[in-house]
Amino acid sequence: MKCRSCRAPAVIDVYRHNAAFCHPCFLRHCREQVERAIKSFDMIHPGERVLVAVSGGKDSLALWDILLQAEMSADGLYVGLGIGDYSSESRRYARAFAELRGAKLVEIDLPTDFGYDIPTGSSAAKRAPCSACGLSKRHLFNQAALDGGYDVLATGHNLDDEAAVLFGNVLRWDLPYLGRQFPVLPSGDGFARKVKPLVRLSERETAAYCVLQGIDYIVEECPMSAGNRHLRYKEALNDIEARSPGSKAAFYFGFLERLAPLVTPAAEEEREGLHPCPRCGSPTVSEVCAFCKLAARAGGHS
Amino acid sequence: MKVLLRNPRRELELRGPMVVSVLLQRLDVNRESVLVIVDGTLVTSDASVGDGSTVEVRAVISGGAS
Repeated sequence: MKCRSCRAPAVIDVYRHNAAFCHPCFLRHCREQVERAIKSFDMIHPGERVLVAVSGGKDSLALWDILLQAEMSADGLYVGLGIGDYSSESRRYARAFAELRGAKLVEIDLPTDFGYDIPTGSSAAKRAPCSACGLSKRHLFNQAALDGGYDVLATGHNLDDEAAVLFGNVLRWDLPYLGRQFPVLPSGDGFARKVKPLVRLSERETAAYCVLQGIDYIVEECPMSAGNRHLRYKEALNDIEARSPGSKAAFYFGFLERLAPLVTPAAEEEREGLHPCPRCGSPTVSEVCAFCKLAARAGGHS
Repeated sequence: MKVLLRNPRRELELRGPMVVSVLLQRLDVNRESVLVIVDGTLVTSDASVGDGSTVEVRAVISGGAS
């Protein structure tokens, strides 16, 4: 197979583009896709300070690398979740990347700083582990971006993540969630601006980017995520994609173009009911925010 | 050839040579969900894998979104 751009021997085929790329052309392809996402969705402006949420996995490290390669001011944020060896390993990858690039890594440790870990939080609050984890991370990422005075918080959600979340939201016709599923969420009302610059890349592409760029990342999957609903949605979408390449991108970008404008008011309505949590000051529609409730149930503090 | 699979980690011995796309079919693995790395080098689906090679079939699907 030859590279689509330069006809040199290819190292990866990207089925949805019906194309293959050699090593240097693939790295350029990934950087161009990120640049295109940033520009077309107006994610990050020149000179802004970016905080990248880094897990030690392929997506967040690829994102951090691409932003640094683009000479952006991008610090990393690692949140230790207290998931045994998996957390120690993932922290090691995040630290090693930061050290090698001479980049700043901000660290928060859930057990040390907030008195609970994800396994405890999950069982105490009777939430699925991924739900307790997502809730904690969303709160801590937002707070760290605001506290650090960053202009924007970037996460490594890729095309597969977004298509799978969209699939789940459509199955439930969850209008407020659908209304929030945009690759840029504006700042205001206690929220930092949140952006997802990898939405034009599949996770196969972000993994290949890491392999070709020599980025070591944690390959093992989080032991608490096995069998979760999100993974099942991804498998279903990949079955469709294998038979009909381009389906995931058409599903997600078709939503953004044609349906998102119609469901945005549902999310805006919900945002109107926000007020600061009396315990931590974060925006919430409940009496006490979900993070403070989770921390209290798990015997921790916020 | 030696074939390494992840999540869960396991190892198989298969007879080569074999084209990568055929190998993935034989393993019943969706091509969208993996990278194939032969002797440390990323390869395309039409690459042929020799009998003495070590092949890593690396899963790329991460879960965990709430």
